[in-house]
Amino acid sequence: MAAIDAAIMLRRKSTLIYSALWLLPLAFLLVFYFYPLGTIIVVSIARWLQEGLGGWNAEIIQRAIGFTFYQAGLSTLLTLLLGIPAAWLFSHFQFKGKQFLRVAATLPFILPTVVVAAGFNALIGQRGWLNLILMEIFNLSQPPIAIQNSLFAILLAHVFYNISIVIRVISAAWEQADERLENAARTLGAKPARVLWEITMPLLLPSILAAFLLVFLFDFTSFGVILMMGGPRFTTLEVEIYIQTMHFLNLPLASLLALIQLAFSMLITSAIMSTGRTVMVPIMPKVKEDNLKKPHKFSEKVIISAISVAMGCILLLPLLALAARSLLVQESIPEGSNASGWHFSLTYFQQLFNNPRQSIFYVAPIQALRNSLGYALSASCLSLTLGLMLAGASRTHHLFRRVLNWLVMLPLGTSAVTFGLGLFLAFGLQANAPNWYPFLIPLAHALIGLPFVLRLVEPALHAIPQNLHWAAQTLGAAPRQIWRQIDLPIIWRAALTALVYAFAISLGEFGATSFLSRPDIPTLPIAIYRYLNLPGGSNYGQAMAMAVILLFVCAAGLIIVDHLQLNHVNQPSTQEMNDNA
Amino acid sequence: MKGIKIFLTILILALLSACQKTTSALTVMTHDSFAASENIVAEFEQQYHVKVNFLLSGDAGSTLNRAILAKGAPLADVLFGVDNTFLSRALSEDIYEPYVSPLLDQIPAELQLDPQARALPVDYGDVCINYDKAYFEQYNLPLPASLEDLTLPQYAGLLVVENPATSSPGLAFLLATIAEYGEMDYLDYWQRLQNNGLVIVNDWETAYYTNFSGSSGQGAQPMVVSYGTSPAAEVIFAEQELEEAPTASLVGDNMCFRQIEFVGILKGSRQMELARAFVDFMLGKTFQEDIPLNMFVFPANQQAQLPQEFIDYIQVPDQPAELPLESIETNRDRWIEEWRQLMLQ
Repeated sequence: MAAIDAAIMLRRKSTLIYSALWLLPLAFLLVFYFYPLGTIIVVSIARWLQEGLGGWNAEIIQRAIGFTFYQAGLSTLLTLLLGIPAAWLFSHFQFKGKQFLRVAATLPFILPTVVVAAGFNALIGQRGWLNLILMEIFNLSQPPIAIQNSLFAILLAHVFYNISIVIRVISAAWEQADERLENAARTLGAKPARVLWEITMPLLLPSILAAFLLVFLFDFTSFGVILMMGGPRFTTLEVEIYIQTMHFLNLPLASLLALIQLAFSMLITSAIMSTGRTVMVPIMPKVKEDNLKKPHKFSEKVIISAISVAMGCILLLPLLALAARSLLVQESIPEGSNASGWHFSLTYFQQLFNNPRQSIFYVAPIQALRNSLGYALSASCLSLTLGLMLAGASRTHHLFRRVLNWLVMLPLGTSAVTFGLGLFLAFGLQANAPNWYPFLIPLAHALIGLPFVLRLVEPALHAIPQNLHWAAQTLGAAPRQIWRQIDLPIIWRAALTALVYAFAISLGEFGATSFLSRPDIPTLPIAIYRYLNLPGGSNYGQAMAMAVILLFVCAAGLIIVDHLQLNHVNQPSTQEMNDNA
Repeated sequence: MKGIKIFLTILILALLSACQKTTSALTVMTHDSFAASENIVAEFEQQYHVKVNFLLSGDAGSTLNRAILAKGAPLADVLFGVDNTFLSRALSEDIYEPYVSPLLDQIPAELQLDPQARALPVDYGDVCINYDKAYFEQYNLPLPASLEDLTLPQYAGLLVVENPATSSPGLAFLLATIAEYGEMDYLDYWQRLQNNGLVIVNDWETAYYTNFSGSSGQGAQPMVVSYGTSPAAEVIFAEQELEEAPTASLVGDNMCFRQIEFVGILKGSRQMELARAFVDFMLGKTFQEDIPLNMFVFPANQQAQLPQEFIDYIQVPDQPAELPLESIETNRDRWIEEWRQLMLQ
């Protein structure tokens, strides 16, 4: 009896600790999300009472709402259409270049829109490589591909950005799907189409839905892509908020639009949450990597090559075009000739280290990179810490889990312009604010990274059977010891992945940063933007060179993590642990 | 628990720096395009034993918006970079403290738009159409001499402009067309431009680097709404040394809109004397001569010498478009809305 009492006491004590875990993340959200958001709403209401809703046009706003849904729906369907075959490939086969493709699919995630727009332009713009080559081959006088300022450009960029979400979420579920069900159906004489429709699809449906909603949320709040690739004819809610805030200073209308957007995002988020309840995104699939087969049949090889090449085209060509642009210097065009020559040179990279104008705000790009890495490191550590605390807390409190998970997703659906201005109004107006602005950057980044971290670590943490904990507790282990010796070894791969995602998100973040950054401590995306703000060939080239540096740093990080994970799988100790689990 | 330690460290550092009171610092709020030579600012700092902090706050419009939102408890002592398209908003929001600088004598009267000297002119520059010289030579095209010429069929599809709702040069160009055609007819003019294959993009970066054929982006349109000084920048920031600029500006009457940038002392500044000294410093010869190659605009002070590149490569319009300040302030938002209604359907 005494032993049982002691066990109950221990459980109560650990429940208490778990409950304490959500307090810090909640406080963090309150201070750095709800307080800024509340501030901007209060200011807007004050100005609304003072001067009314200002000049506005119901038609433009209706159109903005309509188009926001239209483009988001279309983009998301297209992303799924292209992502699902890739997810099948990743979840069923082991093949050469797989790791490379996986890294390539994640890279777009970190790139600022200015850079992506430049990459697509270098590839398929009017004078992009593809048009130049086609004109040369078919002897055309006009470029055959014209995508600038078209809906197609928006869709293409959204696929490019979000395909990695589809691949990650769906392939994880597919890897875990029990193949024996499909085999059994086949043995019983079901045709492949029927197996796909009646067995595979129902198994995958929750993850497809989850991917759909997540991608939809991103496309729904998309800003830079619409502004830079879609051109002025396309306005989404987010773009309209930006215009009303920055150019008309019509805060009441901007806030109203931001609240409309937030309301829709909350609906989408709730939908994501309810799919998340039925099927968690499983995050320990790597153990099964051994079960992946190598392509043997000729038809398999053909299909795999086709999918890989298609992915390569969408994901890599724009990046390669960008890299080429930073390495090729245009020769001065001879009088009267239309042809332009290019030659290879490292000039742009060398120029990065000069300060020709002795300008006061010159910050060596290497320093900007260092700033970015510093911010990203603190932001990702903070995100991971908060994410782990939340995941730990939600293990025992299901209501908290639902509410907190939901709250944590909100920043993703919030207008970046509104949030940025809110942060500025809430914290920027204090005396001496500029001195501690830089500290707000990692905090804001951590907030943006938190939903991703949570989605990655929570399922892993929850997959740990509760009886392992009970056993450890009964044997007298303190909560800390349980954490160190049971939880951490099991979830560290998921945690590392989460860390890298949060890191990458921070590295590429532009919107909130542009509100908080200080001229002497710019991040790399800010520095790129600064170069693009001046005319002149070498400014453009240097911006491209910095984008390439950003690309390489992130690729290196992703490759290292990928290696760590794969190597870890081969260690027998983990294998055993996972078998037990 | 390492993460928690890192978090706490960050928090403590943030708090510490918040509590830190820096002695004698002057804060200057300005837009992202602000630039100056290091040694010249250092000179001021030494002379007045003060540290000058620059607070860069986005583009010109959002910088002003922030200053307005922080009214009463100003973030800075001095605000630089409000231009004449937004000056009346700044004046009617009453954010400036008047200061009649002795140096105003050296600045032409037509630049001094605020008779009460709350906002003092520092520099000016023209928003003009840049053209790709090689293209016009190759096709033997005459240069458009007026805004009206741009509607001729020979220039169909050759011009890219920025959306006035999202871009400051875009707004300036819209104002130029209103100055030329008046409130009654400007929309009709834009309709004719539209029919002539006008290309509209959202921001200057896209217009210049993606669409314009004269930049290193190698786009499709040989004419772009940009700045009158861009040709000089093309030479100074060329990939290889250039004999002459690859681009030039169209400077026919009313084709350019002159943007004048102002500096003012923010109401509520607790360092009036220093702030005044800084305004004098910005209007003084040393800083004024530093302006052109840093910000690519012309100094307001007539005694300032221009760099050779400015004399060689920049065309200055004889008659830039002009609109009364009050008219801009009252109608700006409506003009933009009407323009959006017409052009973006």
